[in-house]
Amino acid sequence: MREIDARTITDVVESLCIDAACDLGHDVEQLISDAAEKESLPRAQYILNQLIDNIKLAREQQMPICQDTGMAVVFVEIGQDVHITGSYIIDAINEGVRRGYRKGYLRNSVVKDPLERVNTGDNTPAIIHIEIVPGSSLSITVAPKGFGSENMSALKMLKPADGIDGIKAFVLDTVKAAGGNPCPPVILGIGIGGTMEKAAYIAKKALLREAGRHNPDESVASLEQELLHSINALGIGPQGLGGTVTALAVHIETFATHIAGLPVAINMQCHASRHKTAVL
Amino acid sequence: MEIKSIMSPLSKTAIDELNAGDMVKMTGIIYTARDAAHKRMIQLLNQNIPLPFDIAGQTIYYAGPCPPKPGQVIGSAGPTTSSRVDVYTPPLLARGLNAMIGKGPRSRAVIDAMVEYKAVYLAATGGAGALIASCIKKADIVAFEDLGPEAIYRLVVEDLPLIVAIDCRGSSLYS
Repeated sequence: MREIDARTITDVVESLCIDAACDLGHDVEQLISDAAEKESLPRAQYILNQLIDNIKLAREQQMPICQDTGMAVVFVEIGQDVHITGSYIIDAINEGVRRGYRKGYLRNSVVKDPLERVNTGDNTPAIIHIEIVPGSSLSITVAPKGFGSENMSALKMLKPADGIDGIKAFVLDTVKAAGGNPCPPVILGIGIGGTMEKAAYIAKKALLREAGRHNPDESVASLEQELLHSINALGIGPQGLGGTVTALAVHIETFATHIAGLPVAINMQCHASRHKTAVL
Repeated sequence: MEIKSIMSPLSKTAIDELNAGDMVKMTGIIYTARDAAHKRMIQLLNQNIPLPFDIAGQTIYYAGPCPPKPGQVIGSAGPTTSSRVDVYTPPLLARGLNAMIGKGPRSRAVIDAMVEYKAVYLAATGGAGALIASCIKKADIVAFEDLGPEAIYRLVVEDLPLIVAIDCRGSSLYS
């Protein structure tokens, strides 16, 4: 049994929070640069060029890419041969978030109660997903999620008879209804199958994939390509002000489901698709 | 790519010359306010109490910045979704608010009030928080300090990149 001190987890989460907020992945940056080259509408280019300048400035000055430094979503994969010592893992993660948001001068955007709405002042609690996996390592991913895009996400329990056409219609309707609100160009995480909450969970996990990399299943990959093409034909464009680049990528994950159901969840992600991972 | 320079506060003549789709860079004074600050401003108006700043002729920026690091003027300071303050906006336009900066579309009621009172809505680039912060040269809290990032700040900006999203004739890039 391998032992990992909870204090190590706190330290790692602290630095992942700051890195994720300030240093956008080169995969997303590349897709935005490609989009700026493809885009022909001058005002859309004006916006995409600002995004590229912003990414570089944020990285150089270690400033958040976006002031909505999000609710911290933390994915943890714990090898089943790992034993956490010192304190409860959930407390250790939240302490890391608390420190990271304070040391990184990140915005505290969490309210304690959804109805009373008083800011907790330290961006906790984080949303924490833990999976037990084989082995003796521990992987932590911090994916801060801004709510401009999160608010535009949607879930629908389709009927099996709705099939692929029903899924396509739901995705396009959701992107159209969102318009400029989720800060396009967006990345779409789509979960198909499972139960209601499983579809939502795999939709969010799909956003952690390297931006633009397709699902290894060929038929799913071709659905990703087709949806990306149809979304970009909508003309919503960067920031919803017109143009040919509304989405940078579509990532679909699937899971087994019930004979009577076809759950589909769409997690909308703005162009600031932030996530950082560390493996202990 | 033609980019116009404009000064805030904007004159009615300057507003008249702006058309939906124009790319601009704004220099001058703007005030931040988002959901909570709007709610309080409307409560003050309803009680006939003066607002913490004279809104006539001014520009409001829908933003809740990150805290500044030591030595910084302000932290990242991109726009937030404008539609969340749509419900509060027509009474502010009636009191002379000239220009609004945010992101995303506005309601019919806001657009109608913009036409009636001759106001303009400009889109800042959502998610360009660090770049926008580099255009902010001074930031002072004006009111509602207890709201933290939602307090009203008076900002001095230089060459803030914006796009005219809805002009004073009601023409909109979102429709």
